Amino acid sequence: MNQFDHELDARGLNCPLPILRAKKLLGTMTTGEIVKIMATDPGAVKDFEAFAKQTGNELLDSIEVEGEFHFTLKKLT
Amino acid sequence: MSDRKLTIIASKGTLDWAYPPFILASTAAAVGYQVTMFFTFYGLQLLRKDLDLKVSPLGNPGMPMPMNMNKWFPVLGTAIPGMETVMTQMMKKTIKSKGVASIEELRSLCLEAEVKMIGCQMTIDLFDFRRDDFIDNIEIGGAATWMENAGDSTVNLFI
Repeated sequence: MNQFDHELDARGLNCPLPILRAKKLLGTMTTGEIVKIMATDPGAVKDFEAFAKQTGNELLDSIEVEGEFHFTLKKLT
Repeated sequence: MSDRKLTIIASKGTLDWAYPPFILASTAAAVGYQVTMFFTFYGLQLLRKDLDLKVSPLGNPGMPMPMNMNKWFPVLGTAIPGMETVMTQMMKKTIKSKGVASIEELRSLCLEAEVKMIGCQMTIDLFDFRRDDFIDNIEIGGAATWMENAGDSTVNLFI
């Protein structure tokens, strides 16, 4: 289990809200910090991969937990 | 600042067609694109201060109807007065229950992310709209203004 500095509950939100909320939170974080994101939108799995790749942040983990999708994202930029 | 740019021409003014431009613009901004949106003809409705967007089942066979209504409802039924209002209310309810953002919310997220929005001057003149009808933080311009942004843009979309 990864340690994290921030937590984002994006459950119940649909595309593109989880990404937009994550982007907003990342803006307030300092480089090297880690955020745990919880979502229920299955589309978020691919989208967070694409988001991390394009923004230069690192997706440390992407797992499915009892119908939910949990991501840990490290701010690199 | 990123050198990747996206421009979108939004040309439609119904609730369903309001989604693609705002979803793509907000997401593109979130992944680092500089985004410019140009609103022309019916698309200009998306910049109104008081949004009153509707969705119509009329002439729209791809629209899923509740309770399998398409199966037994005659095509002409979609033209019944009030149908548009009913379907719009149903759609808005579904949007909310599925956790999909409202157009108002997506639009303000776009503005927050510094998406540049341009309203079409010609459309304002054509339909006798007033500048006051539209939100403040936009520019008013024409085709050349869009070209200025589209010319060196990596992605240009017409919606």
